[in-house]
Amino acid sequence: MIGKHLLSMDDLTAEDITKILDTAESLRQVTDRPIKKLPTLRGRTVCNLFYEPSTRTRISFELAAKRLSADVINFSADAKSSVSKGESFKDTAWTLEAMGVDAIIVRHGSSGAPHQLANWVEAHVINAGDGAHEHPTQALLDLFSIREHFKDLEGLKVGIVGDIVHSRVARSNVKGLVTMGADVTLVGPPTLIPPQAAGWGVDVSYDLDSVLDDLDVCYLLRVQKERQNEQLFPSTREYAALWGLDSTRMATMKPDALVMHPGPMNRGVEIAADVSESPRSIVLDQVANGLAVRMSLLYLMLGGPNAVLSAHPGPFAREGAPA
Amino acid sequence: MARAAERAFAVKNRVMGPDDVRRALIRISHEIVEANKGTEDLVIVGIRTRGAPLAERVASAIAGFEGVDLPSGALDVTLYRDDVALRSPRSLEATTVPGDIDGRVVVLVDDVLYTGRTIRAAFDALLDLGRPRAIRLAVLVDRGHRDLPIRADHVGKNLPTSADEVVKVHLREIDGEDAVLIGEYS
Repeated sequence: MIGKHLLSMDDLTAEDITKILDTAESLRQVTDRPIKKLPTLRGRTVCNLFYEPSTRTRISFELAAKRLSADVINFSADAKSSVSKGESFKDTAWTLEAMGVDAIIVRHGSSGAPHQLANWVEAHVINAGDGAHEHPTQALLDLFSIREHFKDLEGLKVGIVGDIVHSRVARSNVKGLVTMGADVTLVGPPTLIPPQAAGWGVDVSYDLDSVLDDLDVCYLLRVQKERQNEQLFPSTREYAALWGLDSTRMATMKPDALVMHPGPMNRGVEIAADVSESPRSIVLDQVANGLAVRMSLLYLMLGGPNAVLSAHPGPFAREGAPA
Repeated sequence: MARAAERAFAVKNRVMGPDDVRRALIRISHEIVEANKGTEDLVIVGIRTRGAPLAERVASAIAGFEGVDLPSGALDVTLYRDDVALRSPRSLEATTVPGDIDGRVVVLVDDVLYTGRTIRAAFDALLDLGRPRAIRLAVLVDRGHRDLPIRADHVGKNLPTSADEVVKVHLREIDGEDAVLIGEYS
C-alpha cells in the first residue's frame, strides 16, 4: 500500500513501485494528445516548497499537478519570500497548511527535513530531495525509464558511477533497484563511496573499465564541483580520465546498454558531450518520464477519499503548537 | 474492487448465456450500421474494462457482414469519474482510441448501463480526445435506475432490477465464459 507520504524509497514495496510505474505508463499517453489535462485532482492544492535550487524537479511536479487539474503554489526560499525575514521551516509549513494545501512537495538541504515536515502537517508530504539522503521520485522515473527499455528490472546489471557519498539520487536508486531485483554496482573513487555501501546489497568497484562491458545501464552522477575543494578527487580532469564516460569507453559497452544521467550534466567531466547525445543516452526520456511518474504518484496519493482539509483542526490545535 | 471480491456473490438468476450474448451483439452490430446508414465515419470504442472486448466483437461482427474494418479502441474513464475523490485510486489501463475522432460517429460500447455516471465520464474523456460529429451508446444490458438523463441507442437486453440487486456480465476474454448474472452480495 502506498502510504500517506513518500519520504524514502524504503516506503515502497516492489508491488507499490510496479503500481506507480504501470499507472505512469497509462498517464504518459496524455502527453501526446491535444488536450493534455485531466480533471482528476480538481479542487486539490499542491505546494512546491523548495529550499534549494531546482529546474526539472520543480517544473516537473508543477506540470504534473496542473495536468491533473490541481492548483499549484510555488514557494522558493529566496530573497523574495518570508524566509529572508527569518521565518522558520515550521512556521512556513504551518502557514501553508493554514492556506489549505493537500500536498507539500519539499526539497531541503538538510537530510530528514521532509520527515520533520510530515510530523508537523496534515497534508501529504513528498520528498523532492533532502540533503544527501534521498530523492525518491528521481529513482521512480529512472526505474520507469529502465523498465521501458528492458521490460523487466529483475537481474539487470546497473552501474552507478560517481559521487555516491553525497548523492541522494544514488541512495534512492540503489534502494529502488535492489527492491526490484536488479544487480547494482557502485563505481567511483574510494573517497566518494561510503564505507557502509557494503551493507546495501550492492557490489563496489573502483575501476570503471573493469565493469563497463558487463553493464546493461551505466548511470552517471553529476560531479558536484564544489566537492573538489574538499579534495575528494585530485581534479575534474583526472576524474574525467578515470571515471568519465567518453565515446571510447562507451564503445566497450554491450550493444543495447543504456547511458543515464539525472541532470544537470557537466559535459566533459562525468559525461562527454557526444555520449550525452548518442542514441544510448536516454537523458531526455528520463525528463519526459518524470512528468508521467509524478502524475502517477499525485493521482495515487491524492486521488482517493483522503479528505485532508475537512478533517484537519489547524496547526494550533495540535500538540507542541503555541497556545 | 478487492472488497467486492471478498464478499460472497450469490447468483439468483442466469439471465443470458453464451448464445444469448452472441445473438444480442450480432443484432446490435446490425442496428449500429442500419442507424448510421452504412459504416461511413463509424468508430467503435469500448469502455474499460468489459466494454473493450465487447467493442472488439462488435467491430469484428461488422467486418464480417459489411466487409469493412472499422477503427476500434478502448477508453479508460477512471480519471474522469465523478467519484474519483470518494474512492481509493484505481489502477489505470491504456486508452487506445484510434487516431482522429473529429467529425466521426463514435459508438460507445459498455456492458451494463445503470446510473449513467460512467457514460457521463466517457463523454468527458472522449471530448478531450477530439470532437466527434455524434456519440452513440450501445450496451449489452440496460438495468435501469438512471441518475442522469442518459439513454442507450442500442440495447442487448432490458433487465428490470431492484437497486439492491447486482448485475454481473462475464465475458470469455476476461472471465472465461459469456454470461449475464443477477444476484446479490451476502
